[in-house]
Amino acid sequence: MATPREIDVKRRTLMAATVATAAVGAVASRAGAQVPAAGPPASSNAAAPTTKVSFIVNGKARDLALDTRTTLLDALREGLHLGGTKKGCDHGQCGACTVILDGRRINSCLTLAVMHEGSKITTIEGLGTPDKLHPMQAAFVKHDGYQCGYCTPGQICSAVAVLAEIEAGIPSHVTADLNGKPPLDDAELRERMSGNICRCGAYSNIVEAIGEVAGRKA
Amino acid sequence: MKFDTPATTNPIDRLKIVGRPTDRIDGPLKTTGTAPYAYERHDVAPDAAYGHVLGSAIAKGHIASMDLAAAKAAPGVLAIVTAENAGKLGKGEYNTAKLLGGPEIEHYHQAVALVVAETFEQARDAAEMIEVEYAPAKGAYDLAAARDSAKPSGKDEEPADSRVGNFDSAFAAAPVQLDATYTTPDQSHAMMEPHASIAAWEGDRLSLWTSNQMIAWSVGDVAKTLGIPKEKVHLMSPYIGGGFGGKLWVRADALLAALGARAAKRPVKVALQRPLMINNTTHRPATIQRIRLGAGKDGRLTAIGHDSWSGDLPGGKPETAIMQTRLLYAGANRLTRQRLAELDLPEGNSMRAPGEAPGMMALEIAMDEMAEKLGLDPVEFRIRNDTQVDPEQPKRRFSQRQLTECLRTGAERFGWARRKPEPRQVRDGRWLVGLGMAAAYRGSPVIKSGARVRLDGKGIVTVETDMTDIGTGSYTIIAQTAAEMMGVPLDRVVVRLGDSAFPVSSGSGGQFGGNSSTAGVYAACVKLREAVTAKLGLNAAAAEFADGQVRSGDRAIALAEAAKGAELVAEDEIEFGGLNKKAQLSTFGGHFVEVAVDAATAEVRIRRMLAVCASGRILNPKSARSQVIGAMTMGAGAALMEDLVVDKRQGFFVNHDLAGYEVPVHADIPHQEVIFLDETDPMSSPMKAKGVGELGICGVAAAVANAIYNATGIRVRDYPITLDKLLEKMPDVG
Repeated sequence: MATPREIDVKRRTLMAATVATAAVGAVASRAGAQVPAAGPPASSNAAAPTTKVSFIVNGKARDLALDTRTTLLDALREGLHLGGTKKGCDHGQCGACTVILDGRRINSCLTLAVMHEGSKITTIEGLGTPDKLHPMQAAFVKHDGYQCGYCTPGQICSAVAVLAEIEAGIPSHVTADLNGKPPLDDAELRERMSGNICRCGAYSNIVEAIGEVAGRKA
Repeated sequence: MKFDTPATTNPIDRLKIVGRPTDRIDGPLKTTGTAPYAYERHDVAPDAAYGHVLGSAIAKGHIASMDLAAAKAAPGVLAIVTAENAGKLGKGEYNTAKLLGGPEIEHYHQAVALVVAETFEQARDAAEMIEVEYAPAKGAYDLAAARDSAKPSGKDEEPADSRVGNFDSAFAAAPVQLDATYTTPDQSHAMMEPHASIAAWEGDRLSLWTSNQMIAWSVGDVAKTLGIPKEKVHLMSPYIGGGFGGKLWVRADALLAALGARAAKRPVKVALQRPLMINNTTHRPATIQRIRLGAGKDGRLTAIGHDSWSGDLPGGKPETAIMQTRLLYAGANRLTRQRLAELDLPEGNSMRAPGEAPGMMALEIAMDEMAEKLGLDPVEFRIRNDTQVDPEQPKRRFSQRQLTECLRTGAERFGWARRKPEPRQVRDGRWLVGLGMAAAYRGSPVIKSGARVRLDGKGIVTVETDMTDIGTGSYTIIAQTAAEMMGVPLDRVVVRLGDSAFPVSSGSGGQFGGNSSTAGVYAACVKLREAVTAKLGLNAAAAEFADGQVRSGDRAIALAEAAKGAELVAEDEIEFGGLNKKAQLSTFGGHFVEVAVDAATAEVRIRRMLAVCASGRILNPKSARSQVIGAMTMGAGAALMEDLVVDKRQGFFVNHDLAGYEVPVHADIPHQEVIFLDETDPMSSPMKAKGVGELGICGVAAAVANAIYNATGIRVRDYPITLDKLLEKMPDVG
């Protein structure tokens, strides 16, 4: 009798085979593959099938030829060297990879880069720079809304998007009146920010930072 | 510099920069995503290949066979590292299990292979193609079942048993007794940045950009594991996305990146996949703790007994949950015992406040239960049993001990007087409301720490030390220390950390890093001041360093003048000469919590949290407060949700990712308050500081548990306090 583990192995092998078939069926282009030209020892079959995708990142048009399995997160981090967007879990559980895509926040690890032809993407690097901080970035510094800094870009991107969501009247789980404008209170901010985990536990300070940017009394 | 007499007045006492709430100097980088963490170093390794780790699918046994053929032939694959082809490997001083398993398997998800490929996607895909056939062996995975087989475990400083007086007879004779058993679960550090490394070889020299709390330990362990001289290893860890003890050690990412880079003949980067991390790396071990307290009717403890059981892999260590019980409360008759069972679960090891964190989870519920038996207020009961001396060695005093002041201040600020001693008395709509408190206690160890300080012709002071900043604020307090010592503004100081080319520091752990590493910087700055005055021809003893100048008598010279022509460099270390043996150095606090428990669903919401801390000089009240609120948050997780669930048949933690292992999120945490009592401790270091990052977690979970009891009348002794443990006993919904 097969143990559960053996079944599991077979299932994974089957899935791998399915993915391979799908990849062959996709539009294959080796031109501009993100594979270094040199570097011994090269494997016999180094280049994976790639697909071209173009989107705008922080106001700049970017053209990439990507392995279709590449997540938006890895396209940003590994393809474009925008390391500010963090990989905390790669499974949509932690929020460290949050970016703003066409005006809405998204876990960039949960979406494939090639799905976003023509999209406008804002990452943490697009909000401000060390010399010219975005107001949300400045508020995080002032309120010490971070410690190790790894969840911070995701928290900040989320926070910027949260204020836009409230402004647009989009309700959350804790909004009492679905027809009115959601209030800017702590409960709303905490609920909406709960997809961004901070293991250092800077939550209390983060909510104060967001509140200040939202124009509440600090 | 040897520190063997209590500190007297020194330049730090000016407190122009030290002791002031200061924004982190690394803030602009961290908030803009431009602080480079280990995996992001495209600058140093632009051609790095990608490694993907395969973890063992059994907990114990051996690999019967491994078929790499399909993986090797997969697109983009450059190399596959296994124990079979990696060559002879040692084991690190600080590792219990091997980082690369095979053929013997010591725990679930122990790494058994690294696939290196041109891209991340290719490496991941190929790793799935490795077919491993295992021969499982029977293992022990259940602490409760292994309890009777547990053996005494301790070392010189922390013996397995401690006895004072006659516990048994005193406990038997005590008019009021408590005998209760508590359990704490296995917990995961779950830091946000996964363990990650980039490795590059240049001939026989290895460079590792990694995420590690203890640079010198880890240089040693990388060298020992690879069988190469320490001098050939260069380890760099300037930014660390959280550690909490999980990154005290070299882990599989670093070793496998080094082996992968050797095999692929080019730099390789490896991040442990999140679902692999929890079983692959270390965790805080579960405990079973029996606490027996005996007291007179006057509320004074006469007998204190604490037994703790935990488990670890063969050769591992106990969770020292009895530590605080030896020092926290007075009582003539005392007994503590720690027992260690062999378990084949993943490696247990340090996590934020090892020992005291789980120990206080149990002891401080026991104190609440005992207070109730005595008809005493829990704050008053603790104060009544306070002591200014080590209860085991009454001639040995605490260097500073403001436990009573912490508790009184906390009670006052929190409105403790409004608490109803009888449980289940306060109702707010659908919520049952309760207040709870606990003492906070954590030792304050010190460790030798070195630094190098440079002064250039522009008056810029640069500090170099292998100290790490794991979110604790090391960059900033080190800059504050150097600025204060050299009399320059904060923006004239550059701090460079986490590089094995720099002098060896204390590193980050055990809440020893802040005090020890700044004391090392102090020592180096004392030397630099001597070099400056010598160069300027000033009397060193009389010179004052302030406002970018050195003043002596009626002379005032710009500091930068001393380095015109040639940079001045000074290096020293602080060496602690045993003052912490003469006196007990500890940190104290009080935690106060208000909870609301849904009368119908038993959902627990924390409404308010307050911590009052007495822990020496607070070098940067802003980042110190953040350390404490972060620890309070982790304590809230320990109270209400954190629990690595053991599969006792297969031997692994079932909920091994951030969806299954729940940690607090924004919605779980209210506004938190922290009060630091004024304190300087001349016995601790020239900085007169102590640690605070671990004090903050000690006692929090018990304060939550006690608040839940006050709200509901339900005493849960089995953490975490989840709904299922409350529901059956909840009062009828009225």
